Amino acid sequence: MSPKTLYDKIWDAHVAHEADDGTCLLYIDRHLVHEVTSPQAFEGLRMTGRKVRAPEKTIAVPDHNVPTTAGREDPAQMTEESRIQVDALDVNAKEFGLQYYPMSDVRQGIVHIVGPEQGWTLPGMTVVCGDSHTATHGAFGSLAHGIGTSEVEHVLATQTLIQKKSKNMKVEITGKLKPGVTAKDITMAVIGETGTAGGTGYVIEYCGEAIRDLTMEGRMTVCNMAIEGGARAGLIAPDETTFDYVKGRAHAPKGGAFEQALEDWKTLFTDEGAHFDKVVTLKGEDIQPCVTWGTSPEDVLPITATVPAPEDFEGGKIEAARRSIDYMGLTPGQKLSEIEIDTVFIGSCTNGRIEDMRAVAEVVKGKKIKDGMRAMIVPGSGLVRAQAEEEGLAEIFEAAGFEWRLAGCSMCLAMNPDQLSENERCASTSNRNFEGRQGYKGRTHLVSPAMAAAAALTGRLTDVRDLM
Amino acid sequence: MEKFEKLQGVAAPMPLVNIDTDMIIPKIHLKSIKRTGFGKNLFDEMRYNRDGSEIGDFVLNKPQYRNAEILVAGDNFGCGSSREHAPWAIADFGIKCVVSTSFADIFFNNCFKNGILPVVLPQEQVDLLMEDAERGANARMTVDLEAQEITTSEGTVVPFEVDAFKKHCLLNGLDDIGLTMEKIDAIDAFEAKDSAARPWV
Repeated sequence: MSPKTLYDKIWDAHVAHEADDGTCLLYIDRHLVHEVTSPQAFEGLRMTGRKVRAPEKTIAVPDHNVPTTAGREDPAQMTEESRIQVDALDVNAKEFGLQYYPMSDVRQGIVHIVGPEQGWTLPGMTVVCGDSHTATHGAFGSLAHGIGTSEVEHVLATQTLIQKKSKNMKVEITGKLKPGVTAKDITMAVIGETGTAGGTGYVIEYCGEAIRDLTMEGRMTVCNMAIEGGARAGLIAPDETTFDYVKGRAHAPKGGAFEQALEDWKTLFTDEGAHFDKVVTLKGEDIQPCVTWGTSPEDVLPITATVPAPEDFEGGKIEAARRSIDYMGLTPGQKLSEIEIDTVFIGSCTNGRIEDMRAVAEVVKGKKIKDGMRAMIVPGSGLVRAQAEEEGLAEIFEAAGFEWRLAGCSMCLAMNPDQLSENERCASTSNRNFEGRQGYKGRTHLVSPAMAAAAALTGRLTDVRDLM
Repeated sequence: MEKFEKLQGVAAPMPLVNIDTDMIIPKIHLKSIKRTGFGKNLFDEMRYNRDGSEIGDFVLNKPQYRNAEILVAGDNFGCGSSREHAPWAIADFGIKCVVSTSFADIFFNNCFKNGILPVVLPQEQVDLLMEDAERGANARMTVDLEAQEITTSEGTVVPFEVDAFKKHCLLNGLDDIGLTMEKIDAIDAFEAKDSAARPWV
């Protein structure tokens, strides 16, 4: 048998039907659902009299619209439209019998944090969600990607997805990371290298020593932004780190079933000599703390660099860079570390896990954020919040002057009340710096949690290594 | 879904690269639980001032492009969020075909579910169509999905590739779920076999 990549193996294990032209029905093991991209799909089921084929494999949680301030059960905290969406999920989850974590449940949180936390996401699975950051779950060696609402309806009704196979791409990060450099910097550096369309048509497998050395939290951060590189999905082969994380989680197999699963999971790796259509290699020791200067995730540079000029680019990117620099209110040649910021947002499915909370606490412990700074930390789930409180991190944050919020997507996409105002400049641990993403005319600089923490202390984009 | 008929219409040029789905339909308009009515907010922040007045120099506000049915766009169109509200807004506005050198994967798939044809062409040919689109209302292009050809206002024929299955569905307005339901036996068989092999799933 010819050698296979990890992606080949998971793909082959899930093809329920293949047509002559290669169009496949891919069986879906886990379908995650949130309130924004699902109501039209459930409505479609009702209109056609269809049922959810596998409600026991369908997990629902409201996250995009939910307020993150205390007393959020009060309906007045949400706009009427937001409330209608959250209520619709409530009704749909109950009517169709889904696995459901309502806003009042301590396990509620961002869908991509709840899935792994509850053991729904396991190695070798296919995972989909009507959300592009479903790529996150690839950290477990599961094939995970975002889908549109029509596809949500298709998966609800048939537990399959119509797909053609993508190409294989390998992203290898060799060696060790330097102090102050994190998983977020890896994933941003990769996008800086490949561009936002560099992964289009591919599934990426991340590998190499620097990836192996990451915790599951870090691996989720790396895979989360595979979509920002254009890839359908990002994958990391499961290993002892993965198995240790999974073991004992609420919906992970137990006892003999775990041992049986483990045997299968240990076959999930790319065979020696398997073919990749594209290979990108970065040296771990070359990666520096990164920051974005523009309005595309590919507009990324080390914190030690300066704002580029439009003329530094070619083709259509010249005009795009001009537009970005203008939108961001920057001047070519300006040092990135001299850009003053108004706001710090720490959270999101990219960086809202316990390790991210710890990284922030390490930087801000015993210190105060800059006067006048608006800084909020939004844990990715109620359980992350509880753990951070138990570890004493919440006290550190509050003493430093951060707002310590309840779980949700929050200012990553600003569908709830957490938004930037016009020209407000934010250092954010989220994943997209698009125009208007965090609020109309808001300005976003993407950074790691440690870098966001450093910026909160100094009031400007800051090289966290200077504070270490 | 409506059938994709041979289309003859005005093409609007949007040469900006990396037009993301937040630009196509900002999140503030994602709060509907319906599939319709998004067209008025297509490209909302580029198209309107905060007070709701139109931004005159935005392409779809120009008299010659207000009824555009084709969009010729820069690289990597539709990147970002998976929101199907983006193609819903495009279709609701009346645009049925988008041409670019590349599309983001999820957006590309979402188009076909909504009767929109995304056409991928090499840079040179996108440039040619962009130039034609820039001529305004007199430049009516023809998109013939059956023949897989776009014809410029001056009669230059540009052939394009499209996945055979997706083409078939678009041409016939077929509903994916209905098609998959015809293969339900294969899904049942897979599920039975797989639940024996991987009982933990």
